[in-house]
Amino acid sequence: MSTDTFQPIASRPPPESQLGWKAWVRRSFFDGWGNTALTVFTLIALLLVVPPLVQWAVIYAIPDADNDACRAAHGIGACWGVVAEKGRLILFGRFPYEEQWRASLASLALVVLLVLSCLRALWRPALVVAWIGVLSLFFVLMRGGVFGLSPVETARWGGLPLTLLLSTVSLVLAFPLSILLALGRQSHLPAIRTLCVLFIELVRGVPLISVLFMASFILPLFMPQGTTIDVLARVLIGMTLFAAAYLAEVIRGGLQAVPKGQLEAAQSLGLSYWQTQRMIVLPQALRLVVPAMVNTFIGVFKDTSLVTIVSLYDLTGAVQLALGDADWRKFFLEGQLFVAALYFVACFAMSRYSVWLEQHLNTGTRRQ
Amino acid sequence: MVQQPDSLSVSSRPPPKQRVWSWRSQAFRGTVYQIVALAVLLAAAAYLLHNTFANMRMRGIQSGFSFILQPAGFGIGESLLPFDSSNSYLYAYVVALSNTLRVALLGIVLATVLGTVIGIGRLSRNALVSTLCGAYVEITRNVPLLLQLFIWYFILTESLPPIEEAWQANGFFFSKNGLQFPLPVAELGAHLSTLGGTALGLVAAWWYARQARLRRESTGAMWPVWWPSVALVVGLTVLGWMAGGMHTEWDIPERTELNVVGGGSVTPEYLTVLLGLTIYTAGYIAEVVRAGIQSVPYGQHEAAASLGLSRAQELRLVLLPQALRVIIPPITSQYLNLTKNSSLAVAVGYPDLVSISSTSLNQTGRAIECIALVMACYLTMSLLTSAFMNFYNARARLKDR
Repeated sequence: MSTDTFQPIASRPPPESQLGWKAWVRRSFFDGWGNTALTVFTLIALLLVVPPLVQWAVIYAIPDADNDACRAAHGIGACWGVVAEKGRLILFGRFPYEEQWRASLASLALVVLLVLSCLRALWRPALVVAWIGVLSLFFVLMRGGVFGLSPVETARWGGLPLTLLLSTVSLVLAFPLSILLALGRQSHLPAIRTLCVLFIELVRGVPLISVLFMASFILPLFMPQGTTIDVLARVLIGMTLFAAAYLAEVIRGGLQAVPKGQLEAAQSLGLSYWQTQRMIVLPQALRLVVPAMVNTFIGVFKDTSLVTIVSLYDLTGAVQLALGDADWRKFFLEGQLFVAALYFVACFAMSRYSVWLEQHLNTGTRRQ
Repeated sequence: MVQQPDSLSVSSRPPPKQRVWSWRSQAFRGTVYQIVALAVLLAAAAYLLHNTFANMRMRGIQSGFSFILQPAGFGIGESLLPFDSSNSYLYAYVVALSNTLRVALLGIVLATVLGTVIGIGRLSRNALVSTLCGAYVEITRNVPLLLQLFIWYFILTESLPPIEEAWQANGFFFSKNGLQFPLPVAELGAHLSTLGGTALGLVAAWWYARQARLRRESTGAMWPVWWPSVALVVGLTVLGWMAGGMHTEWDIPERTELNVVGGGSVTPEYLTVLLGLTIYTAGYIAEVVRAGIQSVPYGQHEAAASLGLSRAQELRLVLLPQALRVIIPPITSQYLNLTKNSSLAVAVGYPDLVSISSTSLNQTGRAIECIALVMACYLTMSLLTSAFMNFYNARARLKDR
């Protein structure tokens, strides 16, 4: 009898031709006629587009705020000096010049808090307190009138602080509202369900701009006689209602993903409706939709640019305002590109964060 | 003797008596909650309406839709339908709606084409192509549409040559004043004849495809469907054109001293909105298409290959039907978004619904009516689009037995 035991032979390495960067280049760029043609075509297109672009944006660009040099280089090189010249107007809009340290401090506080809120280690009740504190600080700094700060009316708020304010505050206010709407939409009570469905579908069926027009033209008519409502508050109300409808649909997705057995288990424990929602359903549902909520936040952040049309000067509006003067009118594109880059950095970071969250947040429930 | 089992002999307990009514029943509480909610809502609405009427009385604002038939008194920069300031507000809204649809429908078609190409490009094994397509998606999706529109508008109105030095190719003129292009000379009979041919071709192609399917189902023999259908449509269109007298006359724009005359033309505003919406939405559609294609398991490709299907058959019979199921619902919401986003046209001065409505609002002062009209138009468009896409989705869905 043979005493041989099974000895696996080590697997052979792949052939030489499949290894190394040469093989990778061949595989991804030159395997077959079609792919080779595609590569060549793309390279030619890039060669036609990229060098002129680099010439314009880098080589012949004017980095200083020198209007004469910029005019001379117009059409040949970019005038990044416009950012240096008009930067503060773009970032802070019509906020009084000597008080702009307040606006920058307020924005900084809000940005730091937003970044900190992204860290999962800090997701605890103290964060809510921090939000309340920072938002109060933000309003105190921007509005003034206390602690010896000179008052600044909301109509003069603008630029980055306004964009941050509109997107965060409308979402913070929309969040509880959207939970109620999402629960209402899932409710067994027909009247409540119908009302929630009507609100959500109505708001989602019309463009944000019409909601903003409504907020700025019709909302003042709703006020009791003799009272007026601040334009910023009106726009905030409009944005909040709009964000709430979209967020409610996101949360509904989470609610529907919670297994029915969880509800039945809660009922058999004798929990009431609100106890069930608060302790069993919502924690699971919200956890599932955090990435989607980050995406909604990106959407709202981009949508704040629309307040320009109802004459508030957020980042998009402030750059229009800043480049209105005749000397720098020609370098509108450079200013716009600067603001676009700001938006891009913020939104891109948030979307990466959302992808990261998706991969790390719900690992417990996902099948591996 | 076997006793016949009496079917009624099993004595079942009578059903538990329905509790008549209780203060503490869920049904009662539910009713109370709903009544309270409705009452609060009605009270709030009544309060707001009261305020509104009081405010309107105080400011002397008139209400009602009586203005709608009065002459508008303003012109509309560009439209398919003829319009002048003596036409009514109602007609102004119709023209505005046609302008919105003109940009939204073409935008949907172009964004779908571009988005599909880029979405497939992102999955290319060619690293150059997939990186470029990825960069396109990230850049377009992470910059606000309004800002993109401003940038395109600036480029189209400031960096292009003036109309005297317009770029010219094959009868197309491209300048600061927009795009001028050749148009077939209007000849109603000839156009109708051509269109009739196309319609006939579509019907014939549908009938042929149906026959092919019936034959395949009964005998298993495969008839080619794609090429004969295209041939039927094209052939019958050409026949219709020939029957209509073979009109080949084109109205080609020509350069004069200071201008370009003739042909069709679109303004830079229209081009801006179309370009901006297409490029922005294509980024989103690319992601939808990519996700749809990736959702089809690789085993499906292997199974199709082992059945001996050609690459084209595999795409048409195996991959696309499964990918479309995943693609259609999100792409519908992208179409809806594009239509709603076309309202940003107001920012560059394209006379769309929102723009005409805010002009009317400024002239008549009837804010509620004008905004309600705009919302009603968009809501109708949204509902119609989602109804159509639901119908299409129902056809593409997995057929449950």
